[in-house]
Amino acid sequence: MEEKELLPHLFRTEYRKLVAVLCYLFGIEHVEIAEDIASDTFLAAAETWGMKGVPENPVAWLYTVAKNRTKNHLKRNSLFEQKVASEIRYSAEKESEIEIDMSPRNITDSQLAMIFAVCNPLIPADSQVALALNLLCGFGVQEIADAFLLNKEVVYKRIQRAKEKLKEGKIAITQPTVTEISERLEMVLTTIYLLYSEGYYSISQNTTLRKELCAEAMRLNYLLMENELTDRPEVSALLSLMCFHSSRFEARTNQRGEMVLYEDQDESLWDRELIQRGAYYLSRASTGEKLSRYHLEAGIAYWHTHKQDSKEKWTHILDIYNHLLAIEYSPVAALNRIYALAKVSGKQTAIAEAQHLSLTSNHFYHSLLGNLYTGINEAQAVAHYEEAIRLAHSESDKAILFRNIARLQDNVG
Amino acid sequence: MDEFLLVFRRDFKNREMQPSPEQLQEHFEKWHAWYDKMAREDRIVLRRRWDGEGLVVDAQKTVLNGPYAEIKETIGGAVIIRATGYEEAAELAKAVPILEFGGTVEIRKAL
Repeated sequence: MEEKELLPHLFRTEYRKLVAVLCYLFGIEHVEIAEDIASDTFLAAAETWGMKGVPENPVAWLYTVAKNRTKNHLKRNSLFEQKVASEIRYSAEKESEIEIDMSPRNITDSQLAMIFAVCNPLIPADSQVALALNLLCGFGVQEIADAFLLNKEVVYKRIQRAKEKLKEGKIAITQPTVTEISERLEMVLTTIYLLYSEGYYSISQNTTLRKELCAEAMRLNYLLMENELTDRPEVSALLSLMCFHSSRFEARTNQRGEMVLYEDQDESLWDRELIQRGAYYLSRASTGEKLSRYHLEAGIAYWHTHKQDSKEKWTHILDIYNHLLAIEYSPVAALNRIYALAKVSGKQTAIAEAQHLSLTSNHFYHSLLGNLYTGINEAQAVAHYEEAIRLAHSESDKAILFRNIARLQDNVG
Repeated sequence: MDEFLLVFRRDFKNREMQPSPEQLQEHFEKWHAWYDKMAREDRIVLRRRWDGEGLVVDAQKTVLNGPYAEIKETIGGAVIIRATGYEEAAELAKAVPILEFGGTVEIRKAL
């Protein structure tokens, strides 16, 4: 790797490991100290490497410096020591024997423990993703603010509040037991999927940053798969889902940064390798008895990797939506099911069913009806699209709806 | 020309300005550039890497680990450079990148 990219790259891969290992050692009480030591280690690297060049084994250098920083801190800060010494997992006889274990095994254990601590229901939903990005992925406040188009102060407060919650709740950073994994894996997966969705659906124009969020979510997911305790079928299913979605990343925006709807996407821009990986993880997920929502969503996403419309494709999709709604109702899934129904049984049937949904204040509902009435009753279609525009929040959603109306008017005129 | 010892210290509390990978790269390049400039102007008397741990002996003759006087501080490097006087040494020190993350530069003239 070029020297120019080395430090940022190492920061991305190693900062979060340092934070995880140190938090695992200190406990959630002292998360800020862990972050300080990790940041300081990298600033020291910038200084020292700037003077004498990059050492032969930069990762080992970082670990050594972080270890020394930590030891010094433990020794010099007696207050910290008194509070922490008893909590520290390493039962060192003498303080000088405290070992900071940077072995691959301990790094993985620490990261897993951190994932389960951070994805905790105590944390308000709006802070959850910010905290995960900050503590699990090593994103700074400014980067998170950029990703979510939020003010830096807002992000900072959210992260602080989330950390306070973990401290108040005395959340232990420990290896989750089998029972805990069963109870909490769902929350962990929800957070990962939320993180992924923030990247995938974000209205931010910063494509690089959005891709990074998606990649981070997939990386965390992969960490779960590497541990035999958390390597459950639904975990593979979520990764499969994310692979299928990601395969369309390039195709779903045009060069002006506008959204391109599925039907209008250039299939040659789909990433075949990711589709194959998605299929592999989906087959890997096909064990056990539990059919999670991720299995079903991955199944739907799988069928969407076949661009060509076919009776078979839409019958499968409709069938899976029926399953999904039975497990967990959501307006989005209900509307998508209607769309699939239209493909299988025709628009009239779909319109009749759509009218049973009480989603009239949802802009997707109107945009779906706009689509369904197209070719049946153009005036109705336009009226629904207009209502959808009135209810839509994002400019990119509105732009698509305006385009749809324009298309209709072209057809009529 | 006189010789000056420059000691770089960082404030330990830097999490609130946790660097982004890009900032870190910039920081690294600035260090590189600063040392390059000193070398080009033939100002460097002694540049070395220093052990990160070190010892401090206090008034009670207790030997403490770590080279810092303050708990919150962490020491960076140290360098001996040539300058015409304190004024010029201070001007050169103002460009030391350690200042970007709340650090300080201590200057001592060799007599």
